[in-house]
Amino acid sequence: MNEHVAGEPLVKYRNIGKRFGATEVLSDINFDIYPGEKVAMIGPSGSGKTTLARMLMTLEKPSKGTIEVGGELLWHRNVNGRLMEANASHLRKVRGQIGMVFQHFNLFPHMTILRNIMEAQVHVLGRTKQEAKEQAVKLLKKVGLADKCKAYPAQLSGGQQQRVAMARALVMKPKIMLFDEVTSALDPELVEEVLGVIREIAEEEEMAMLLITHEMAFARDIADRVVFMADGQIVEQGAPEQLFNQPKHQRTMNFLSRFSAQSQSV
Amino acid sequence: MVSNIAIFNSLLKGLAVTLQVLGYSVILALGLSFIFGFLSLSKWKMAKIVSHLYIEIFRGTSLLVQLFWLYFSLPILGIQLPAMLVGVLGLGLNYGAYGAVVVKTSIQAVPKGQFEASVALNMSPFRRMRSVILPQAFLIMLPTFSNLTIELLKGTSLVSLVTLSDLTFQAMALRSATMETVKIFTILLILYFIVAYPITLAFRWLEKKLSVGRG
Repeated sequence: MNEHVAGEPLVKYRNIGKRFGATEVLSDINFDIYPGEKVAMIGPSGSGKTTLARMLMTLEKPSKGTIEVGGELLWHRNVNGRLMEANASHLRKVRGQIGMVFQHFNLFPHMTILRNIMEAQVHVLGRTKQEAKEQAVKLLKKVGLADKCKAYPAQLSGGQQQRVAMARALVMKPKIMLFDEVTSALDPELVEEVLGVIREIAEEEEMAMLLITHEMAFARDIADRVVFMADGQIVEQGAPEQLFNQPKHQRTMNFLSRFSAQSQSV
Repeated sequence: MVSNIAIFNSLLKGLAVTLQVLGYSVILALGLSFIFGFLSLSKWKMAKIVSHLYIEIFRGTSLLVQLFWLYFSLPILGIQLPAMLVGVLGLGLNYGAYGAVVVKTSIQAVPKGQFEASVALNMSPFRRMRSVILPQAFLIMLPTFSNLTIELLKGTSLVSLVTLSDLTFQAMALRSATMETVKIFTILLILYFIVAYPITLAFRWLEKKLSVGRG
């Protein structure tokens, strides 16, 4: 399906379902992400994209099915061939391979930018303060905000806050990074600076990326594979050229045509 | 005729007792606020029930009656506590119940995204609380804690009714001795205000200090 299919997938969703009360938001999802692969996920709101990512980040528990990360079950433990629910320490162990950037940044408002990026390095990875500071400054340079070390989140623009949030996630060196509509909460003129940084990260970093986005041109640009979701199911997936130029399903065509109509009218 | 200086001296003696009761009961109330605030957020059902019972019982009954009960009923059951301890226990337990609700709701008021970000950074539950949730919740608690502390100060006047010679007790005694009602009660009002106002200022200062960088 794509050129990255080399070796074992890093992430395996198997028969994943999710209901909130009577509403089924995901039904029977089977989905793999390979090491280093950049996957863009598109689809209408409410199609289940975000829930899929949040399950991987352990923020939402699947109602059924399993997720494997790096060959290990995420939400379960295998005890003598039977699947048991994972405990907190197991979740913590597996979760360390995953990072996430949120729609609303979620920076810690009471910490300086530098401390936002240092806190988990020191208290989760056990790095020394000196080491953590060096790493933080290095990543702040990468996202173009080295001069903001001492500022607080509230003193930055949305775009700058989101770039800090990316530095904070990157510094933990995850094997896969989830981007959940990271430009949706930004003023239009700030979107480009954030996309630029993601593009750079995608080119330079080895890690896999799952990008949930409404920026079609951007998805086409940087993704190895594009996944289209609707009504809690994966409707279609493939290389960007194929999915955007020759979609196979009517549902995909409808969705894409609405978007191209929009971008022409702008 | 009792001299003004004598009046002032006995009021100051009462003030010392009031401040002592205030100090100890603030510490007790603060400790109880956090203990029962955390218990009420616990996943453990028994902890929730215990904290719920504590909060509702001490909020739902009169402070004065609680003091009376501790001072006059307990001895009949065989436990005699000194008046000072009764005052501190009564005030601490009562205001601790209010404080526990403040701690609980302030922690719940921290935006969910903060919790999620700390999970995404793989922080342990302790680290999430210590580095992310509590510093933000504490700032939310401060204005209400400021109110409660001043309420507690004013509540200390009730300990005069369990024979503790606090500021109010001294004033009542002076009044019956001198009949200088206007003078004594005016000084009494001023003295309570002189204690209360710095408390307000201190909380304001702390709030300002902790909200550095918040937009």
